[in-house]
Amino acid sequence: MSNLPLKIVIVDDEIPARNRLRDLLQDCAEEISLEVVGEASNGLEALALLQSCPADVALLDIRMPEMDGLELAQHLHKLSAPPAIIFTTAYDAHAIQAFEVHAVDYLLKPIRQARLMEALTRIDTAIPPPQEAALRQLRPRPRTHLSVHERDRIRLIPASDVVYLRAELKYVTIRTHEKEHLLEESLIRLEEEFGERFIRIHRSCLVAKDRIAGFEKTPEENGEARWVVLLRGVEEKLPVSRRQLHIVRELGRG
Amino acid sequence: MKVCATLPETLTSIPVSQVTSINQNAYPDALPNFRNLGTMLRILVSVNAMGFAAALLKAPTGHGFMQEFMEIAAVIQPVLLISLLLLYALHRPLARLPYATGIAAVLLLELILTTMTYWFGGTKADNIDMGAISRYWIFGLGVTGVLLGYFNLRSRALSPALSEARLQALQARIRPHFLFNSINAVLSLIRANPKRAEQALEDMADLFRVLMADNRQLSPLQREVQLCRQYLQLEQLRLGERLKVEWHTDNMPPDALVPPLVLQPLLENAVYHGIEPLAAPGIISINIFKHHDEVHMVLRNPYQPDGDRHGGNKMALNNIRERLALHFDAEGRLESKISDDIYQVHITIPFVVTT
Repeated sequence: MSNLPLKIVIVDDEIPARNRLRDLLQDCAEEISLEVVGEASNGLEALALLQSCPADVALLDIRMPEMDGLELAQHLHKLSAPPAIIFTTAYDAHAIQAFEVHAVDYLLKPIRQARLMEALTRIDTAIPPPQEAALRQLRPRPRTHLSVHERDRIRLIPASDVVYLRAELKYVTIRTHEKEHLLEESLIRLEEEFGERFIRIHRSCLVAKDRIAGFEKTPEENGEARWVVLLRGVEEKLPVSRRQLHIVRELGRG
Repeated sequence: MKVCATLPETLTSIPVSQVTSINQNAYPDALPNFRNLGTMLRILVSVNAMGFAAALLKAPTGHGFMQEFMEIAAVIQPVLLISLLLLYALHRPLARLPYATGIAAVLLLELILTTMTYWFGGTKADNIDMGAISRYWIFGLGVTGVLLGYFNLRSRALSPALSEARLQALQARIRPHFLFNSINAVLSLIRANPKRAEQALEDMADLFRVLMADNRQLSPLQREVQLCRQYLQLEQLRLGERLKVEWHTDNMPPDALVPPLVLQPLLENAVYHGIEPLAAPGIISINIFKHHDEVHMVLRNPYQPDGDRHGGNKMALNNIRERLALHFDAEGRLESKISDDIYQVHITIPFVVTT
């Protein structure tokens, strides 16, 4: 990225904070070649922006409505050319401690120009981006959205829209009440993360607890009866494995 | 203040007499506030409990116990009720007496009341049983003494808590998140709008002056409201359109006395938990009014069910509850509830003004 200007995106929910960063970047521009290509006020906006307008660096505030900076960073990993990420925060003792542990770059607001300059020049010498595992540790709460690739774009699916998740050979199928999507993540990891929202009914299937309408016993071909889950908003019936039969009793409304 | 914060280290180097004199300066002995509902309740409950205990000790059997208790109650209840009324009426003159004289006056009052009740109300009024009356005297004086001692200990125990609460308040109040974000917002204004930046810094100075002041004394409600307005202006600076504030203060008694910083921390919570997690604009409403000699302060903000950790909120609520209890005992209340996506905090305190 020798002579091309460094393309930067500012993501912060507070207008004054964005203005301040723009002023500071303007000051930096006297020394290094850079350009602010866009601003966003939360994670959702930022992801849309970065897909239509790729950038080299994203300055991400941590605490934002809709989608916070730490979750955004996890979704950005799926971009074909993800930007380098620098977190900005006024105060978050927990996150800062974790940043130190995982050597993630962060700037404390109010940000000093010299410190910003240093962070930007370090990007030229390519410091590794924060690892997904590290980001997950930084943000122990479940994501608000799942992100899937769709025709070279990243599509976000609100976790609250998901009816069930089913493991296929290499993928996990996400079923919402209108569509199916393919997700490249492991079901076990998803179960760990979304254990509050979903329950395992089968070795290969997690169902959203609030989408379970009831249980039903249906006869199988070999004569044995089998429990299935009835879902709200989706016609399909999903089998409950023998091992997970206890959930019929626990959630039992069938 | 400093005295109490550093007392443990300096205790060894200061002669004992000096320490007690410092203590006396900080927390002068005083009779309890006989007009406080909490004080009255405590007296009622403890006297009856002691009467109960006395009956239990005197009675040989379970059956005799009821009779004993009725007999004791016949003397105790009138004395108790008349005492409460007289103490209520005499609260001011009694409070003006030196502590020792005040104690003596209360003891004398109880002695007279016990004698009179025994004399006029007792069943065996025709022949005075000196043994029985002296037992009631001892009981009356004992109970009064124990209660006065209890109230004195209680106020001593709570007084340091007041100053402790101030320190705690200081730590809980200034959310670093707010401080640094506000400084950042002011920095962003300096180039584009220096006038507004100046005003913001002035608001910040006022806010921190109060935060760092000695907040043990009650202060006028008007002052607290003014402070809250300045605080919200600072938040408005950062959040702009996202923060909408509605004040309903038409029926507010501006000179009512309130614990300082009773509202500001609640507003800070409202912004942090109610407004900041919202992308769309949210409303904070503050309704302050006087009703039947009570001042009501009602705060509402949007409730975010999956907003992050509410630990900070709980801490602030407990802190304010504690301070209300220290100032008003049972007459100060704080209730919080959630309904229809609105989080509401309702504070009720007795209407007090400076005399």
